Amino acid sequence: MSFSFDIYDFTSFTKWIDVSLTSYCTPFWAMIWEMLIIGVAILIFYAVVGLFLVYAERKVCAFIQNRVGPNRVGPYGFIQTVADLVKLLFKELVTIKKADKFLFNLAPFIVIIVNFMVIAAIPFAKGLHAVNFNIGIFYMMAVSSMGVIGILLAGWSSNNKFSLIGAMRSGAQIVSYELSVGLSMITMVILAGTMQLTNTYDPVTNQVLVHGIVDLQKDGWFIFTGHLPAIIAFVIFLIAGTAETNRGPFDFAEAESELTAGFHTEYSGIKFALFYLSEFMNMFIVASIAATIFWGGWMPFHLGHIFGDWVSGFNNVMDYIPPFVWYIGKTFVIIWIIMLFKWTFPRLRIDQLLTLEWKYLLPINLINIILMALVVLMGWHF
Amino acid sequence: MTEEISSVVEVDDQEYIINFGPQHPSTHGVLRFVVNLRGEVVKNLQPHIGYIHRGIEKMCEKLTYQQIIHLTDRMDYLSAHMNNEAVCLCVEKALDIEVPERVKYVRTILDELNRIASHQLWWCSFGMDMGGQTCYFYGLRDREKILDIFEETCGGRLLLSYNTPGGLMWDIHPNFQQRIKDFIKYFRKKLPEYDKILTGNVILQERTKGIGHLSLEDAISYGVTGPTARASGFSCDVRKNYPYSAYDKVDFKEILYTEGDTFHRYLARMEEMRESMKILEQLVDNIPAGDFTAKMKPVVKLPEGEYFQRVETSRGELGVYIISKGDKFPYRIKFRSPNFCNLATMNLMASGFKIADLIAISGSMDLVIPDIDR
Amino acid sequence: MDNQKLKEKVLSFVPNAEVEENKQYLIVTVTPELLHNLAKKLKEDPETDFSYLFCQTGVDYGDSLGVVYHLESVKFRHSIVLKTKTTNRDNPQMASVYDLWKAAEYHEREIFDLLGITFKNHPDLRRFFLDESWGYPLRKDYVDSTNIIEK
Repeated sequence: MSFSFDIYDFTSFTKWIDVSLTSYCTPFWAMIWEMLIIGVAILIFYAVVGLFLVYAERKVCAFIQNRVGPNRVGPYGFIQTVADLVKLLFKELVTIKKADKFLFNLAPFIVIIVNFMVIAAIPFAKGLHAVNFNIGIFYMMAVSSMGVIGILLAGWSSNNKFSLIGAMRSGAQIVSYELSVGLSMITMVILAGTMQLTNTYDPVTNQVLVHGIVDLQKDGWFIFTGHLPAIIAFVIFLIAGTAETNRGPFDFAEAESELTAGFHTEYSGIKFALFYLSEFMNMFIVASIAATIFWGGWMPFHLGHIFGDWVSGFNNVMDYIPPFVWYIGKTFVIIWIIMLFKWTFPRLRIDQLLTLEWKYLLPINLINIILMALVVLMGWHF
Repeated sequence: MTEEISSVVEVDDQEYIINFGPQHPSTHGVLRFVVNLRGEVVKNLQPHIGYIHRGIEKMCEKLTYQQIIHLTDRMDYLSAHMNNEAVCLCVEKALDIEVPERVKYVRTILDELNRIASHQLWWCSFGMDMGGQTCYFYGLRDREKILDIFEETCGGRLLLSYNTPGGLMWDIHPNFQQRIKDFIKYFRKKLPEYDKILTGNVILQERTKGIGHLSLEDAISYGVTGPTARASGFSCDVRKNYPYSAYDKVDFKEILYTEGDTFHRYLARMEEMRESMKILEQLVDNIPAGDFTAKMKPVVKLPEGEYFQRVETSRGELGVYIISKGDKFPYRIKFRSPNFCNLATMNLMASGFKIADLIAISGSMDLVIPDIDR
Repeated sequence: MDNQKLKEKVLSFVPNAEVEENKQYLIVTVTPELLHNLAKKLKEDPETDFSYLFCQTGVDYGDSLGVVYHLESVKFRHSIVLKTKTTNRDNPQMASVYDLWKAAEYHEREIFDLLGITFKNHPDLRRFFLDESWGYPLRKDYVDSTNIIEK
């Protein structure tokens, strides 16, 4: 098979890699090599996006606060975060007395590994995803909630009461908000009728075997086709997702004015950097899940045919924008919304946070699921 | 350290002790709270102070009255002008000097400017305590304008030392009045922004209403003063009750609330900024011509006796108590600092609330640590 | 209530009190034993109603150590100054007025810290600013050869 690279469809490109690898070695080693390639690719992606997000956050917050933000290192301060990273790399790794050294060192890696596992399931563009499960959404939900283990370990092993309070808060918070995140995703699963993220095709006939959530949004994103219940689910997902990533106004685990820095008080140097990076990547993951299940992931903006025949021309224009750009664009719009939350709202109190979840979001969510089921049963969606 | 704490604080096996400070982002200085916690709930709180005790009262016993002025800046550094004025008024009272009208007006104007600047800084750091970091930059942006006025006229931006017994160090800058008028025009537009980003916010209101209640009886008994006490309904504004400088010539409202919770302490300060602007507007065009200082000797000797002067700083009532033996140094000088007395109510207010509330309460008290320690 | 009436009132409470008047305040000097009693009466009498202790100062008069109480009535807006002195410099003792005004808790701790006057019935009398081993710096006979340079 000859080399082919199509920016609109990565299927042939990934297939080319697979075919060429199998032609050199046994299928087992080919799989190992593929894993390695994907691992390295995700690692690079992770680092680049993480650094960019730190930069973006600083610029967005500066914009909101009437400041300039980083503007010295590189053009528009673009390399500032790289410089920061270099600084953090050179810093001493302090481990305090009587800390549980093994768990203390393990915690940042758990957080990072969890991030990687979620990223593996995200469809970045057509044909560009590491794994495509039949239970893709379910897998994401399950894995992303494991990040709290890292935070709990960090807080517990630090031998610092501030860290411990931060970790316990974080535990309570994520256990509660996982419900809202899960239920709002389930609402969309009801609309989609599948948990798989992208289509699986029959290798021979090229027929669609299982429909994927992203491909189902070809004629309109779920937030439009699912109208009212989908919008409610989206808002709940955004709130709960912000809470799950421990970001303001839900940043209790850190709460720098109360707990100095919460669970990562005692971390320094690159170990701190890992926590810091993972916080931003969590935000990226939440944003990309939201973009995938509500805004159609890499699917371009298409209008349905109910608007008349002229829409096919419009849809064609939209198709010229590559799927990867669509995906990144949507994700960053949601990231920007989440950043706006952080820089405009004061922090809640821990009991208010739990009240919000258990008394408001959860009941609304349950009713919303019934509403969505009704909408799907009666065919009221577009 | 452990023995020291356990000897003074009783701990049962459900509780644990945590140290807030002396290095903590929201104690705004080197204040240390030893807090007994049960889970997240504050059970008992002991302030430990003295980390920035410089012995100002002791130092003053070897300094002339003109020199003392410069030490008072360093107590409540955000109300530097009021602190200066308190000592000056006390010395003038002892010497029976009538300062020129111009001095009275300028002092009052600077008092109110200083009060606005101090409340701005309080507002932005309170916002930061509550987790809204954007407030910090809004507040500092506007405070900068006042500091520029200070710099032009007084020379200093934070520690002014512009007062001297008998009057002012030098005359005001020609731009002084125009700048203040510009500032008032500017700040009237910006103050609604403060309300938009913080006061009207549901999260802030939920977090502060009904939190850290201080009753009127406790406020009086503990000697709490300033906006903190006025939010509880304690009419303690020295500017109203015992007018000094030009306060008897201006019309302003004493902000009084009866609720006494964190939110009303917040509101009291916000309203005070508006009242201060009103005072400024009344005075700024009417500064009378005349000398900027009364005739004074370079070294003054106070007649034997004791003198007390009360002044309203941005945090409450500052009392200066001078005992003189007819010398050029005070025999004993005592500063009754507002924060010192306000701090005493922390345990009362914060007990039974959560850690986050403790931060909100101590933020709403607007503590300045060097003023507590002196 | 003006100073003249206050003076009569104080003398009716404590007949042998020294009462003088300066430009600002009425100053009443009593012995430490009588002070708490007088303070209690001044606070609880509905006509005087001194509910607000706005300043409490410890003073070293050289031969004696004293405490000065500045009181104000929030209701009537009149003020009074109470003074008390003890010549016992080794173990000066006063009665705490914490039970009358809570503000005294911190003021008395400060006075204890800087002048070494102990207050009976104070709930929590510990050093405030300084270490346990430190002397009492506001006393006139305090010597600190490292920090204070005598010219």
